[in-house]
Amino acid sequence: MIVLNGVGKTYPGGFQALRDVSLTIDAGELVGVVGPSGSGKSTMLHLIGALDLPTKGTVTIAGTDVSRLPDRRLSALRGRTVGFVFQQFHLAAGVPAVDNVADGLLYAGVRLRERRRRATSTLERLGLGDRLDHRPHELSGGEKQRVAIARAVVGDPPVLLADEPTGNLDSTSGAEVMRLLRDLHSTGTTVVVITHDRDLAAGLHRLVHVHDGQVVA
Amino acid sequence: MTAPSRLSPADAFRVGAAGLRARPLRVFLSALGIAIGIAAMVCVVGIASSSRESLNRQLAALGTNLLRVSPGHTLHGDQSHLPEESVAMIGRIGPVLSVTATGTLTTANVYRSDRVPPGETGNLTVMAARTDLLGTVGASVANGTWLNAATARYPAVVLGASAAKRLGVVRATPDVKVWLGGQWFTVVGVLRPVVLAPELDFAALVGWHAATSTLRFDGYPTTVYTRTRDDAVLAVKAVLGATANPENPNEVDVSRPSDALAAKQATDMALTGLLLGLGAVALLVGGVGVANTMVISVLERRAEIGLRRSLGATRGHVGIQFLTESLLLSAFGGAGGALLGIAVTGAYSSYQGWPTVVPAWAGAGGVAATMVIGCCAGIYPAWRAAHLSPTEALATP
Repeated sequence: MIVLNGVGKTYPGGFQALRDVSLTIDAGELVGVVGPSGSGKSTMLHLIGALDLPTKGTVTIAGTDVSRLPDRRLSALRGRTVGFVFQQFHLAAGVPAVDNVADGLLYAGVRLRERRRRATSTLERLGLGDRLDHRPHELSGGEKQRVAIARAVVGDPPVLLADEPTGNLDSTSGAEVMRLLRDLHSTGTTVVVITHDRDLAAGLHRLVHVHDGQVVA
Repeated sequence: MTAPSRLSPADAFRVGAAGLRARPLRVFLSALGIAIGIAAMVCVVGIASSSRESLNRQLAALGTNLLRVSPGHTLHGDQSHLPEESVAMIGRIGPVLSVTATGTLTTANVYRSDRVPPGETGNLTVMAARTDLLGTVGASVANGTWLNAATARYPAVVLGASAAKRLGVVRATPDVKVWLGGQWFTVVGVLRPVVLAPELDFAALVGWHAATSTLRFDGYPTTVYTRTRDDAVLAVKAVLGATANPENPNEVDVSRPSDALAAKQATDMALTGLLLGLGAVALLVGGVGVANTMVISVLERRAEIGLRRSLGATRGHVGIQFLTESLLLSAFGGAGGALLGIAVTGAYSSYQGWPTVVPAWAGAGGVAATMVIGCCAGIYPAWRAAHLSPTEALATP
C-alpha cells in the first residue's frame, strides 16, 4: 500500500530530517512509528501522507509515485486515499460535530445533503450519535479526537495516519481512541500511528523505530 | 487513478462565509471602511442628481422663455443706461408675450428705521418696479399685496424675501413701515424668493411714479424682463440689444436667467468631482483595511489551511476560499454603503425639499467598485494561503 524507497528529506537550511529510509507498509497493517522527539517521525508521516515530497528517493502510495504528481492530482490522492488524525484535533470552532465531519468530504465532489448524511452515519458508527449538534467546546478531549477520526474516515480512505492521536488526552480517553483505531483496522483500513507512548505502542502489531532520521528496527 | 478534488461554487461560497461568521466584529469593522467610501460616493452623486432634478422641475414650472436686458458699459468703460422707451420698443417685437422693467435707485436706500446710520444699508437696493413685474418674472406674494396703480403713487413698498428678513419684517400690515429715501414707506407686501430673478430678493420695490415723484428717480430702466414665445427665444434674444438701445446696441447685456441657473449647476459639478475623488480615497482606504484583515486572517488560520490541504483541497481551492471571503467581505461593505448612501441622500433631499434621485449607475458602479477592490485586496492573501506548504501550516498550533 505504501512504499518508501531510499527516501531522504532535507529541509531548506540543510537540516536532514530523514536519511535513506526504506519501508513497506502492506494493506491492512496496523503499524506504530515510534522514536524520540526530533527523530523524524513526523516528517515520515508527512511523506507517507503525501503532505510533503521527499528530496531523495521515491514514495509510492497505492501504486502511484507521488513525486511526479502535479498539485491537483497530489491533493486528490491525499483527499481520497489518506485520512489524517492530528494531536491538536483541528476542529473548526463553533461548528457542530456533524458539519466538522462533513467537511471531510468537502473536496470530494459530494453534495452537502449527502455529506451530512454520511457524516451522521459515521458519527453514529463511532458511538457519537448523541453528539451530532455539539460544538467542539461542548465536547471532552476524547470526544473531540473521535470526531476528528470520524472526519478522517468519513470518505472511507484505505489508509489512516494518526500523528500522536492520544498526545493531548488522559489515559482513559487515550485508550478509547486506540480501541477505535484498532476497530477501524479490523474493518480493513491500513492504520499508521505515530506515538512515543510505549504502553500504547506495545499493543500494535508492528513497530517501526525511527532514530536520527533512520529506521533502526 | 483518483478522481480530482472539487469545490463547487456553492461550497466555495459556504466556506468563505463560514470564515467571516467566525469573526463578526472584525468583519463588521473592515466592511465599515468600504461602506463609508461607497456611501460617500453614492451620497455625492445622489445629492447632485437630486438637486439637478429639483432644478429641472423648477425650470419646467417657471419656463425657460424669460430674457433679461440690462445696460452694459460704453466703449469708454462708463456705465451705460437703457433709453426710457426701451420697454415699449421691446414690447413691439412680434413673439414677445410680456415685458416689464425695474429701475435701480442710486439716490435712495432702505433702513429698518430712521435711527439706523446711513452706511448700514444691509446691501439692499431700492428699485422702482412696474406693476406688471410679478407675472413676467414668475414672482408671487408671500403675504400682503403687490403694488397696484394706486399704491404705486404713494409711499408704499413691497419687499423681496431676503430684504424683508433683513429689515425684520415678518408680515406686511398697515402699521409696518420702513425708512426709505428719507421718509416712511408702508410695507404693503412681501415676495417669495424669485428663482429666475434673484436680484429681486434683496430689493425694496416701490412704484415707478412714487420713485420719480418723491425719490428723484431718473426714470431709466436698469433691467427689462421679457417673456417670449418658446419657439422664438433665441430669435428675440438676437434682436433684443438693437431694440432696447438702437443707438448703441453694444451697450446692452442680454441674458437668459434659466441658462445662468443651469450654468451654476454645471460649476457645482466641479465640486461634485472633488467630493467623488474624496469618496474614492475613502474607498481605497477601506480596501487596504480589507487586505489587512485578510492577511491577518491567513496568518491566524494556518492550521485550518493545513487541515484543508490534508482533506484534499488543492492550492486553487484554498486560494478561492480566501478570495471568496475577501469578495464577500467587501460586497457586504458595498451593499451596506449603497444603502447608507441612499438613506443619507433621501434624508438630505427631503430636508432640502428636493425629489430623491439616485442614478442606477451610481449603485451599480459602487457594487462593481467593491468587487474590484475585494478582488485586489484578496489576491495577495489568497496567494499566500494557497502557497503555504501543508506541513508548515500544520506545524503551527
